[in-house]
Amino acid sequence: MSEALFKTLQQAFEQNVMDIDTLKKEGRKAIGCYCLYSPVELIVAADAIPLPLCGTKNDPVSAAEEILPRNLCPLIKSSYGFAALDTCPFFRFSDMIVADTTCDGKKKMFELMQQYKEVHVLQLPQNQNTAISLEPWRKEVEGMKDRIEAVTGVTLTTEKINRAIDLLNRERDAKKAVMDLAQLKPSPIKGSEILTVLFKVGFLADKEKGIKLMNTIVNHFSEINDNKQSPYTDKTPRVLISGVPMGIGSDKVARILEEAGASVVGYENCTGYKQVFTVPQNDDPIDVLSRQYLSIPCSVMSPNQGRLDLLDDMINHFKVDGVVDLTWQACHTYNVESFSVEKWLNETKGLPMLHLETDYSDSDTEQLRVRIEAFLEML
Amino acid sequence: MRAAGIDIGSRSIELVVIEDSKVIEERQADTGFDPMAVAGDLISGVSYDHIVATGYGRNLFEIALDGKTVTEIKAHARGAQFLFPDADTVLDIGGQDSKVIKMNGQGQVIKFEMNDRCAAGTGKFLEIMARSLGFGIDDFGIEALKAARELSINSMCTVFAESEVTSLLARGKDRREIARGLHSSVVRRALSMLKRVSAEGAIVFSGGVANNPCMVRFLEQMTQRDIRVSDQPQMAGALGAALIAQDIMR
Ligand code: SF4
Ligand code: SF4
Repeated sequence: MSEALFKTLQQAFEQNVMDIDTLKKEGRKAIGCYCLYSPVELIVAADAIPLPLCGTKNDPVSAAEEILPRNLCPLIKSSYGFAALDTCPFFRFSDMIVADTTCDGKKKMFELMQQYKEVHVLQLPQNQNTAISLEPWRKEVEGMKDRIEAVTGVTLTTEKINRAIDLLNRERDAKKAVMDLAQLKPSPIKGSEILTVLFKVGFLADKEKGIKLMNTIVNHFSEINDNKQSPYTDKTPRVLISGVPMGIGSDKVARILEEAGASVVGYENCTGYKQVFTVPQNDDPIDVLSRQYLSIPCSVMSPNQGRLDLLDDMINHFKVDGVVDLTWQACHTYNVESFSVEKWLNETKGLPMLHLETDYSDSDTEQLRVRIEAFLEML
Repeated sequence: MRAAGIDIGSRSIELVVIEDSKVIEERQADTGFDPMAVAGDLISGVSYDHIVATGYGRNLFEIALDGKTVTEIKAHARGAQFLFPDADTVLDIGGQDSKVIKMNGQGQVIKFEMNDRCAAGTGKFLEIMARSLGFGIDDFGIEALKAARELSINSMCTVFAESEVTSLLARGKDRREIARGLHSSVVRRALSMLKRVSAEGAIVFSGGVANNPCMVRFLEQMTQRDIRVSDQPQMAGALGAALIAQDIMR
């Protein structure tokens, strides 16, 4: 990425913090989310600012460990630590938190988080069979709608929700376009750059601004491709990262992969491709949203066939040579699922997989490096 | 043309020089606290046309001495394929880590797993236990084999196992029987890794721990598979690196 473009991105990010501060003073509400299963459309429809709060940094982990067990997923500890220390501006901005009962660690952590903020918990079903799960889930989504209406004082009409669906569809399309750049072989964009873009843009209160910025980024890298200035060659191994969410601060695996000479072409996780669905619009948006969000293929669901379908699709389109499956330490759902994902990759796709289990600290960098370099030697 | 391989491990550094695939020189030294200085000493005065480094210090070597590097995984696979062409599985238990590697018919790595997070199940574990029991590391395995039965050790963690050993000794238990139990616990630990990576066929057992006859015997008994050990199992990584250096020259 050119320095100028990176600067623009960074400036937008910094400006955004000030903008939100101003908007809040003017009476706008902000609502924090921790999981992809929370239908953000309802927040946007109420003209509130949605803020992704998922902790991706190691700094607050030790503070969280004063309360939470050490043997817990670093994402949960980081998220909680930010709240306890009050060091995340976006957490501070949030008038309310929307949380989902995804995995055990997270849902119990949210109970503790209530001492710092109002937390609205969505009871997420663990099965995606609509005959069983759609009705209770729909009730949860309706409950979220009611709560948001109460907090913001805005009545969420069908029209308003549909408008939010349209805006967020366009945002997701723009994100998808950024990620799809890496379908080119060789990819003009580095995986770490994709992550930076998704992460920084994700916080922008002004969605239109974010969409525009992403379009500029796509044009920039399309030019790099046209001028054949990719940092990679046809021979560079193309690696897909699957598994747990990542962000700036929890991106060491992507970094080491790149240092070892790989082109990270995609993320099959909720930081990446898992979030780029398109929500249809009709006269029952609550039903549409409930169906769409329930179908997100995360390992907290059982069974989770959708993840393999998504992987299949990405492997074909991104011309993947190998998959790195990332599990945060103590994340049981992804850890257990790794076995079936590897079996499926080996047997059905003929692709090798490297399973890595780590946390947010840098203490195991060299151990990860050996595994990653050895994996790349195999490809 | 001479090719050299250097394996810079956390406990020891090995150097192997080959000419036409024949070993003409082997050297070994303790890593100490300045691996690059030891590596420098080891290669000084040795003549070779090309060198490849492996082991945890490989990247430092690349920077300091301008050599090419490969991972231990690839080096061990290459070494094993050369020594025992009919085997496709490697179990390497070194001073600080252990790994299992599975290769395809062409000697390419297709799967591997490593344990390098804790000393349990490595040479370090055996070394500490030998010391607690008053055995020299070289005859630890021989002494263990002399016991008629084994006392089972439940802790896998080095620290806990050490106190378990101490309390067994305090209760007047036979130290050979304890030694036997410790060996079988290390093998059991390797077994689960073996099962995940490679289910059948002969196993090339390398690394310093492969010099231990009790480990070899137990591995054979518990896996019911052929165990192949070379004369100098601790040299396998360096040999593999030298062979890769030779492959590159060709
Ligand atoms: S990994 Fe699953 S549970 Fe965690 S934030 Fe993403 S969608 Fe939610
Ligand atoms: S990574 Fe796993 S353990 Fe951590 S919050 Fe997500 S689902 Fe829960």
